[in-house]
Amino acid sequence: MKWRTIFSSKTMGDDEEVKVFGMWASPYSRRVELALKLKGIPYEYIEEDLSNKSALLIKHNPVHQKIPVLVHNGKSIPESLVILEYIDETWRNNPILLSQDPYDRAMARFWAKFIDEKILSTTRKVSFTTGKEQEHAIEEVTEQLKLLENEVKGKAYFGGEGIGYVDIVANFLVFWFGNLQEALGINIFSQHKFPFIFEWIQKQLKIDMVDECRIPKDKHLTYIQTRLAAFKSASK
Amino acid sequence: MADEDVVLLDFWPSPFGMRVRIALAEKEIKYEYKEEDLRNKSDLLLKMNPIHKKIPVLIHNGKPVCESLVQVQYIDEIWPHKSPLLPTDPYQRAIARFWGDFVDKKIYGLESRKVWSTKGEEQEAAKKEFIECLKLLEGELGNKAYFGGENLGYVDVVLVPFYSWFYAYEKCGNFSIETECPKLIAWAKRCMEKDSVSKSLPDQDKIYDFALHVKKVFGIE
Repeated sequence: MKWRTIFSSKTMGDDEEVKVFGMWASPYSRRVELALKLKGIPYEYIEEDLSNKSALLIKHNPVHQKIPVLVHNGKSIPESLVILEYIDETWRNNPILLSQDPYDRAMARFWAKFIDEKILSTTRKVSFTTGKEQEHAIEEVTEQLKLLENEVKGKAYFGGEGIGYVDIVANFLVFWFGNLQEALGINIFSQHKFPFIFEWIQKQLKIDMVDECRIPKDKHLTYIQTRLAAFKSASK
Repeated sequence: MADEDVVLLDFWPSPFGMRVRIALAEKEIKYEYKEEDLRNKSDLLLKMNPIHKKIPVLIHNGKPVCESLVQVQYIDEIWPHKSPLLPTDPYQRAIARFWGDFVDKKIYGLESRKVWSTKGEEQEAAKKEFIECLKLLEGELGNKAYFGGENLGYVDVVLVPFYSWFYAYEKCGNFSIETECPKLIAWAKRCMEKDSVSKSLPDQDKIYDFALHVKKVFGIE
């Protein structure tokens, strides 16, 4: 039976305008869409061509000029983790993404940072290096994933009772990471090595909104291969 | 609160540690400060931060909180009534968090370290980017007394520890931050008028000596 979000009586006002500047293959962008879908917030999605960024994107995120950017009634919010907390604080209906308890919030923020600053950062090294450097990066990311595995061990969700902030930040494991390792021809991440994360993924897949944020596999594989080829020829 | 037990594992030149010292001082929280020798980390540090094995670690009633931006928000949420650091409005909070993240990525990041740890073209490029980032922060400050408005806020706490390192950067990089970013220096001096800041930041000369020592130890000329 598929799990569905429970909506409270709070609904969007007629004058609410929510836009997301994103990119279909970006795990950071998908997080934001997932959070909005879970909260039942309708939004206009604007696909950005990262090789030719729109004037609007640059206007809404002049500092970093990156996706994702959330624009709510004309107010721009960049940086996916900042956006997630903004969404949770602005729309207080279920699911509540971050606990009210300060210690639990600190733990959630800690793991989100760990995912972004360690796992995803090392994954970039895995993608864009070769030989010994890549081997070292693979070892590093494996160790980092083991720490995350330990964190979800014995839990249905990272946060507790239902999908929350860390589950959304960890969404890259549900589709993106598997596609990437297939495109790279490596095997870091398997059910055998990471049974608890795999169990968590199976639960995530039962959530409609998570499935709606699926990154289409074949398209993704082609995209990654094109990017890797371009990177290789640029670095010659 | 009488039964609060707050311990801070720290290292005196760490700007990350300074953030937590300032936040605790703003909230008037008494705590035990424990200086760590980073070449010989204590069992307590390794137990309380097994993942990163880094300072600062805030231990509140026996439970550890790691990562300075996480710690500052935790302190603000546990003791909300005195000197609130984050605003209440979600959009204003998002702006503050955005700039806190910017400071970590751009001012404390690996690229900015090159200002004091490299030479030649690499150093010049790092200096240029560093100044550009400080100017962006000046723009965000605008005409406000503090990033937090009329009082110290999250971004002030996150950024001002770096002021203690400015002299080291200037000497190693052979440039003047005040010439390039006078408003930011004026802001930093304004922050230093507060005890919570001035008592949390080491003397700039001591930081410079420390930076020279680090360069020597790592063979950086």
